[in-house]
Amino acid sequence: MTQEIIIAGFGGQGVLSMGKILAYSALMEGKEVSWMPAYGPEQRGGTANVTVIVSDEPISSPILSTYDTAVILNQPSLERFEPLIKPGGTLIYDGYGITLPPTRTDINIYEIDAMDAAAEMGNPKGFNMIVLGGLLKIHPVVQLENVLKGLRKTLPERHHHLIPANEEALRKGMEIIHADKQ
Amino acid sequence: MEQQEITLMKGNEAIAHAAIRCGCDGYFGYPITPQSEILETLTKLKPWETTGMVVVQAESETASINMLYGGGGTGKRVMTSSSSPGVALMQEGFAYMAGAEIPGLIVNVQRGGPGLGTIQPSQGDYFQATRGGGNGDYEVIVLAPSSVQEMADFVDLAFELSFRWRTPAMILSDGVIGQMMEKVVLPPFKARRTDEEVISQCPWASTGRTPGRQRNVITSLELDPAVMERHNLHLQEKYAKIRASEVRYEESLTDDAEYLIVAFGSAARIAQKAISEMRREGIRVGLLRPITLWPFPAERIAQLADGVKGILSFEINAGQMVQDIRIAVEGRTPVAHYGKMGGIVPTPEEVASSLKSLLMR
Repeated sequence: MTQEIIIAGFGGQGVLSMGKILAYSALMEGKEVSWMPAYGPEQRGGTANVTVIVSDEPISSPILSTYDTAVILNQPSLERFEPLIKPGGTLIYDGYGITLPPTRTDINIYEIDAMDAAAEMGNPKGFNMIVLGGLLKIHPVVQLENVLKGLRKTLPERHHHLIPANEEALRKGMEIIHADKQ
Repeated sequence: MEQQEITLMKGNEAIAHAAIRCGCDGYFGYPITPQSEILETLTKLKPWETTGMVVVQAESETASINMLYGGGGTGKRVMTSSSSPGVALMQEGFAYMAGAEIPGLIVNVQRGGPGLGTIQPSQGDYFQATRGGGNGDYEVIVLAPSSVQEMADFVDLAFELSFRWRTPAMILSDGVIGQMMEKVVLPPFKARRTDEEVISQCPWASTGRTPGRQRNVITSLELDPAVMERHNLHLQEKYAKIRASEVRYEESLTDDAEYLIVAFGSAARIAQKAISEMRREGIRVGLLRPITLWPFPAERIAQLADGVKGILSFEINAGQMVQDIRIAVEGRTPVAHYGKMGGIVPTPEEVASSLKSLLMR
């Protein structure tokens, strides 16, 4: 099995770190993994994206032109990546700030109101973990327990007290993701 | 065992970890995207407190390469890293090191050029690495890693080759391999050589007053043409031996291949995916991945040329390695090039369709 995933949104939303946690979690499960960021003058407010490939086989190209799954967190990224999802693939997006929703009918579209949920939970930084929870509900590429292990590995020890809040955010995402109304 | 742990890191970080683990004595470098994580990681790991490895942020790339000349001249395992325009600044130093027969490791994590260019990935420095911008008849051993694992493994290999042949060695990577994270098993720790080991293993080195030998002179200057010619002939003999014994490459699916793609570094990864897609369509394509760009696997490419209908050189540049392929193939089969410039990385689909349009007409 191979999942080719693009995660894209604004810089500062935790796009790269969400990808990193997903990649570490897959490593914990003994899977092959690659994490390829769009690097450069990315900054808070600009766009950021990362390609994460999780596979049972060795991974060839870390750079892709089409994706099994796109996790989209802002309008410019939706416009850029919606056409690049493989037919039958998955689009997960947060409707916050989306004025032109996705239109394709040959892919599976899910919405996750992670921005709102994060605000309600009083944990705005947990936004990306809510989204990751949603992704894992739709595509269980890794087990939740391995995500938590991945967090322990990526977070500096002084932040380990935040792991329970992250777990809560992951579970929230699994709960609130839903098929697009259209 | 801690040192066998599988971990996830960027190619640049892997270079830094591997340097400390393989007994590197010193790093001299100046930050530049997309390779700044090498210096950052070394600074974070503080090897001067553990192995005694020195890490210096030099004032410029010119200073870095001359520190390499000095450190290598004393028989120490020293390295620098930079990206394309920074490596351009170092070219004079390569020629001086090659002329004075000083070992040392240069890492180039390439970005798009020419000039300041872009910070996005490119393989536009193939000529810079294999032809050199320094003066005179010299060569640099060039290794092209195509994975984070090879970024880690080639540090020690490059040092070994560089000291074996007393000539500078380069790891030619790019922004893709430098910035991507994937699985890596770091090499086991190897102690830095003691002063006694350096004296016994590098009898040519400038190691201070040493009983039992005349003073060693490290220079590339010789004003007597007869002596200079002898020195050049010696260098050329050495380069011939390197060509004969140090060619490295990897092949996949070449046994039944009707078409061959030659690609190195990150391009080889992209080519692999293109090949598996074409194989699914019934087009039998194989891959030859040069691991050493100098010495170039010309002989093996010439052998394969006889069995295929065409060769595609896929490089992320305007067509540089394709010249070496054409020299190797001597017109026996069509050779085409496909690539992109300016920091644009071609996709597997683009590679597949270029092979079809350029070679399957």
